[in-house]
Order: sequence, then structure tokens, then C-alpha cells
Amino acid sequence: MSEPIVRFENVSKRFGETVVMRDFDLDIAPNEKLAVIGPSGSGKSTLLRLLMTLEQPDGGVIYVKGEPLHHMWKNGRLVSADQKHLRKVRSHISMVFQHFHLFPHMTAIGNVIEGPIHVLGMKRAEAVARAEELLDMVGLADKKGSHPSQLSGGQQQRVAIARALAMQPDVMLFDEVTSALDPELVGEVLNAIRKIGREQDITMILVTHEMGFAKEFADRVIFIEGGRIVEQGPGAQVLSEPRNERTQAFLRAVLG
Amino acid sequence: MDIMRFLPTLLDGAWITVQITVLAILLALFMGFVSGLMRLSGVWAVRAVASVYIEIFRGTSALVQLFWMFFVLPFFGISLDPFTVGWIALGLNVGAYGGEVVRGAIQAVPRGQYEASIALNMSKWLAMRRIIVPQALPAMVPPWGNLFIELLKATALVSLITISDLTFRAKQLNDQTFQTVEIFTLVLFLYLAIALVITGVMRIVERWTGRGLARGGIK
Amino acid sequence: MSDNVWDWAFAWKILPRILDAAIITIEATLIGFVFAAVLGLLLALGRRSRNPLLSYPIAGVVEFIRSTPLLVQIYFLYFVLPEFGVVLPALVAGILGLGLHFSTYCSEVYRAGLDSIPRGQWEASVALNLSTYRTYRDIIVPQAIPPVVPALGNYLVAMFKETPLLSAIAVVEMMQEAKIVGSETFRYVEPMTLVGAIFLVLSLVSMVGIRRVEAWLRRKIMG
Repeated sequence: MSEPIVRFENVSKRFGETVVMRDFDLDIAPNEKLAVIGPSGSGKSTLLRLLMTLEQPDGGVIYVKGEPLHHMWKNGRLVSADQKHLRKVRSHISMVFQHFHLFPHMTAIGNVIEGPIHVLGMKRAEAVARAEELLDMVGLADKKGSHPSQLSGGQQQRVAIARALAMQPDVMLFDEVTSALDPELVGEVLNAIRKIGREQDITMILVTHEMGFAKEFADRVIFIEGGRIVEQGPGAQVLSEPRNERTQAFLRAVLG
Repeated sequence: MDIMRFLPTLLDGAWITVQITVLAILLALFMGFVSGLMRLSGVWAVRAVASVYIEIFRGTSALVQLFWMFFVLPFFGISLDPFTVGWIALGLNVGAYGGEVVRGAIQAVPRGQYEASIALNMSKWLAMRRIIVPQALPAMVPPWGNLFIELLKATALVSLITISDLTFRAKQLNDQTFQTVEIFTLVLFLYLAIALVITGVMRIVERWTGRGLARGGIK
Repeated sequence: MSDNVWDWAFAWKILPRILDAAIITIEATLIGFVFAAVLGLLLALGRRSRNPLLSYPIAGVVEFIRSTPLLVQIYFLYFVLPEFGVVLPALVAGILGLGLHFSTYCSEVYRAGLDSIPRGQWEASVALNLSTYRTYRDIIVPQAIPPVVPALGNYLVAMFKETPLLSAIAVVEMMQEAKIVGSETFRYVEPMTLVGAIFLVLSLVSMVGIRRVEAWLRRKIMG
């Protein structure tokens, strides 16, 4: 495996009494498509939220492109990162949420150009041109002037994907992005993700309940339970011929 | 009727009242936003400074603050003219209430909006300015409108520190003419008229701030 | 603060005078508030009346009183009523003014409290064939109390903070006493600051008390 783009080293995370990650190790390769599955409360969303810096780890270090994310080097020691360092390393990552979290006071295209203009410092005309391309890619070229509440859940989620992509991240996180959608809208969002996987040179980490999609799309599937990786491997192996009995029990429960 | 005889004097006073109201509103907005945002700071000391300001000005009364600034500040070598004391004291007083309005409206913005801002790698300040505050504004407008009406009413207190506002003129006319019923009724209606103007302006502001969200049908 | 600006011995000496006057302040607050609470209830019920000849004028009067300064209303009562042969002592006129002014705020509190009861509660009362009186007494009022009591408490504190206005018609409450001390001794720092401190302490303590009562009521009524 080449130099990992993301590395979890001995990471642990508690919420009060509940331990959601314990001594967690994981390497993710550049351009890898990784699917994370597991029962609710297993820590799989926490994995993404830690990587997006929405949570702080209680122990261990996460590296992005070889640089510590929540920490920084100072006089040869790792100390808590300051805002400057955090924002520098975080710029490699973006995220799509279960509940979209579009900005309701902006149009679809307004959502997509917001980050490029104000965070990346891009010229407005350039940001708009790129946003139009991205909206076209997710099939929403005609909806660019709509406000989020005028869009269906599936359309909102595709705008959110375009918004995250517009930040030109190296790593994109997808946190159960189809779980809040009506079943008939799931397909259009998964198609957009497939397209990105095909066309973009980008690492993708997906927490998902769509087992069929995970099997077909991911290079590697990891099954997490109790804050640890129980089993991992190619989707065809983990999802079709799981070796661990807890993976087997979980898949029996979800697939029925 | 003597109303026509009183009106010019009272309107002169009303003009002072309007000036003090407007200046105090501007100061209250400034203090409200500064103290409200400070109370949401991650730094303990910044939160503490804002809390002390808000609690002191909400915990004592407007007239006490006005008199304190008028009578006591000169002993510390700070001599301001009454007009300045008037609008500063009222602005600071209402700004403390405004701080709570700003804080409450900002805290009511869903957590997901903060998280989305982080996912776009925004700084805290940029997220506040572009994402959070614009969404909090519509919820702030009606309570700010109420505070402005309270502020207008409180301007009557400046008559007690020798400023010849509407109330001061009324009292003066009353002492001279004893046409008590006419004078005070007229004065009350003049205050009501100013209050209605404030309410009207706030309606327009409400429609204007709500526009971005309302277009999408979100309340 | 340097010694010549703040004199502890002087502050200590005048404290009893200020505290004596505080009794008038508290008296005006409590009596005024009882008046406001009762009149406010009448206004709220009148405003809910189906008779527009009653509800509209009341709504207008409430808005009028809420939009105009308490100080002018106090002057009005103090200077105008004698023209109609009603001569009130300053303290009584002041208390009436406070009560009248805050009754409009109280009426809004009652209205919001009653409006907060879900429609289903009224419908369930109809389904049980309860009389209007029974519905109010057993179903509506008990549920309206938890939101109403703390809101009334907030206005009690707000009214307390408005009592210094009575000094404008020469009622010797705390503020007026402080001004008198100031004009006698040419020292304003200590009396004014003492008054401010007493207001601050009393209103902070009251706010804590109101939150306690609120929590207690919620437990007691909603279980």
C-alpha cells in the first residue's frame, strides 16, 4: 500500500460513559473508495465526524497526508492544533451529511459558490462557472436558482454533494447520505456518487446502509462494532462471505 | 382649543425625543450584537465580560443608570453633557437586553448549519457572518422591535436630567398653563405616533430580512 | 477607586436611610403588582370576549398604554385626576400608574398562557361534557399556570426596576432618598451606587427565586 492519505493511530473517543472508539487504527490509501458498515452506535459516524474535526479525539492521532489533524508539532512534541493549523489540514477534507444541511437562505448555486469564493478566495465568475459544471454533473443544471426548500430531498442532497466537491477536497466523507431520503430518491443520489467515483481523482469514505451499493462501489468494506474494526476486505468477501460471526449476524439482521 | 398653541413647543420636544431614540437605538444594536456574540465566545474571559455587562444593566433600572451617569460620573472626572448621557445610558440599557435577544436567536440556528460551515472549512468568523447570523436575523427582528418601543418609552426619563424632550416640554407647559388634560393627552398621542412609526419600520425590516428564507417557504 | 471618590464610612452612615426608603420601593412594587395582576386578568378575559364592542376597545387601550411612557402616565394620573376632583397622594398615584401600565403586560401573559393550551384539551373537555367553568378550573388553568407564573415573575422584577420613576412626583423611594442625600451632602457617588447595588442584588435574587418556583411548579403540576 502506498503512503496513506488518512491514518487513524490509536484513536479513542468517549461520550460521557460510552466508549465509541477504542484504540482505533485505520489506513486509507489515496483514491481509495472505503465503505464503513456496522450497527447504530458502533462508532462509524464518529469516524467521519472526527475526520471532519466536528469531534475531538480523547486519545491517539489522526493524520491527513502525513500531517496530524487535531494536533501540531511544537518543539518536537504534539500539542493541540491552533485554528490556523486545523484549517490548513482540514482543507483536504469535505463532507456530505445525512440531513444535507444546505444553507436555506441561499440558492442552490449560492450554496455551491459560497466556499470557493469566501474560503478558497476564488473569483466570482470562475466559482460560478465551476458550480454550474458541478450542478450539471449531478443533474441539477436547471435548479441552480432554486432555494433548498423548493427542492426534493434527493435534489437537496445532490446540491450538497456539489457543494462539498466545489471545495476541491482530496477526501470526501459521506455520512449515511441516503438514510433521510424517500426510497424512490435514493437512486439519483447514489448515481451522483458513482459518477464522482468514476470521474474524479478523490478518496471517498462512505458510512452507509446500502449494502448492495457498498459491494459494487467500494474497494474495501470495513465492519465496525463497539468502536473496533471487526472485519475488513473487498466488498464481495465481507458482504457475501463474512468470516466473523458478528458480521454474519449483522448482515442477517439488515438483509433479513 | 389651545392645542394649536401647544403643538409647536411639543413638536420641538418630540424632535429631541426622536433624536435620542435614534441614537440610542444605534448604540443598543451595536452593544446587543457585540455582547450577544461575546457571550457565545469560546474564551471564558470574553464570555464573562459580556455577562457582567448584561447582568448589571438588566439588573438595575434605566433611571438608576441614567442618574448614576449624570450625577456620579463627574466625580470620576467624566463630564458629559446631559444629551450625551441620555442616549448613551439608554442605549447601554437596551443593548443589554438586546444581547440576550441576539444570543437566543443565534443559538436557535440548527447545529447542522455550524457543521456544514466547518465542512466547507470556514473560519468561525466567516461562518457567523455568512451562514449563522443571516439565518438568525429574522427571529431577532420582532423582539428588537419590542425593545425599540421600550426604548422610546424610556426616553421620557431624560426629562429628569434637564433635557427638554417631549415629556419635559409637557411638564413645563403644564406648570405654566395648567391645561393639564389637553397637554398630557396630546403628549401621549405623540408618543403613540412615534411608536407606530417604529412598528411600521420594523414590519418592513421583518419582511426584508425574512425574504431570503421566506422565498423557500421556511419560517 | 481612590479614597476621595468613594468614602466607605459615609456609605455606611447613609445606608440605613437608603434601606428605610427601600421599604417604600418594595411596598409600591408589591401593591402595584397585585393591582396589575388582577386588572391584567380582567383585560385578558375581556379581550377574549366574543363581543367585539368589548374586545376591540380593550385591545386598543392595551396597545395605547403599552406604547406610551410610564412616566407620562404617572404625570397624567398625578396632575390630571385632581381636575376631576380626585386628589391622590403621590405614592397612591404612582402605584396606580405602575399597576395600570403593567396590567397590559400581564394581560398579554395570561393570553399567551391560555393560547398555549392545545385545542385538543378544549375538545376533550367538550367530549366529557364539562361546563365552561369546570373546563377552566380543572383543565385549562392548571396547565396554564406553569408558563404564566414565571412570566408574571419577570414583570414583577421589571416593575420593581421602574419604581424609581416615582421620584419624579416626589415619592421618597430609594432613588429620591439618594438624590436628597446627594443634594444635602454634595456626595452623589455613594448614595447612587448603593441604590444601584441594592437594585442589582434584589433583582438577581428574585430572578433566581423565579426560576426555582418555575421548576417546582413544572414538577408539581406536570409530574
